[in-house]
Amino acid sequence: MIWEVFRQERKGQPFTHGGSFHAPDKAFADAYAREFYARRQESVALWVVPRDAIHAIEEFPDEFDLKYRRVDGYSIKARLKEARERAGTAAT
Amino acid sequence: MNAREQLLLELADDELILGWRNSEWTGIAPFLEEDVAFSSIAQNEIGHARALYDLVGAALGTDADALAFDRSPTEYRCAPLVQLRLVPDWARTIARHVLYETADAIRIERLKGHEDAELAGVAAKIEREELYHRLHAEMWLERLAGEERYAAAAEELWPFALGVLAPELRPVLAERVGRPEVEAVERSEPGEEFAALWEEMTMVRRSAPVGAQW
Repeated sequence: MIWEVFRQERKGQPFTHGGSFHAPDKAFADAYAREFYARRQESVALWVVPRDAIHAIEEFPDEFDLKYRRVDGYSIKARLKEARERAGTAAT
Repeated sequence: MNAREQLLLELADDELILGWRNSEWTGIAPFLEEDVAFSSIAQNEIGHARALYDLVGAALGTDADALAFDRSPTEYRCAPLVQLRLVPDWARTIARHVLYETADAIRIERLKGHEDAELAGVAAKIEREELYHRLHAEMWLERLAGEERYAAAAEELWPFALGVLAPELRPVLAERVGRPEVEAVERSEPGEEFAALWEEMTMVRRSAPVGAQW
């Protein structure tokens, strides 16, 4: 059984994925998570989740190529420069 | 050497040698995760040995390294239980792990209340780490308890486990483990099996010139 570990480095910070390991049940998973991700005080909290419990979403169809919905199609650098010049706040 | 130093040295030797024996599983444990966890427990035990040797060393005017590596094999006071080389028998290894951690918990609890505040403080620190060793031992016990090989190993090692503790603490261990008190395998001058471990353990230290700095 595979378990995924999310770890928090400091209180208040978001949990980030730390890695994964095999363990036969929750008791083993608890012990191994402590050993692998918190032994050197590198985490203040852990989320240990069976991989099967994670609902993964990987497909995001964009059949009609609706680029205009995204912001990455526009280069605003030149336009921003122009606007700043007009406003007299251009960076020197 | 007084009774306090004698007691500390027995405890430190137990932790060092068990740490050493457990570390023999590094790289060859039944699966990768357990390999890392068991090696880490081994390191903890050696860390506990270091803290205890520091205490004895201060009293005897020497240091932890000298106590760990510079004595002759016959001077070590570790219990026969920790001296056994159990690789590659995982059932016996876990049986020893479970029995040792149970016995160790009993004496550490006692030491926490010791009149010597320094010793009581070290015992309290050790206890906090040993808690995780016990949880680890218990989860394995739960997994293997019904197995014939495990039952045979626990039966075989039981007299050795009693020998870890002073006679007055043995009834407590018998009660916790749920086994009758039998004749214990007592601490004595270490034998052949230990001598081989000592050869390997002190090899690097002995090969270096006296006073070498690491």
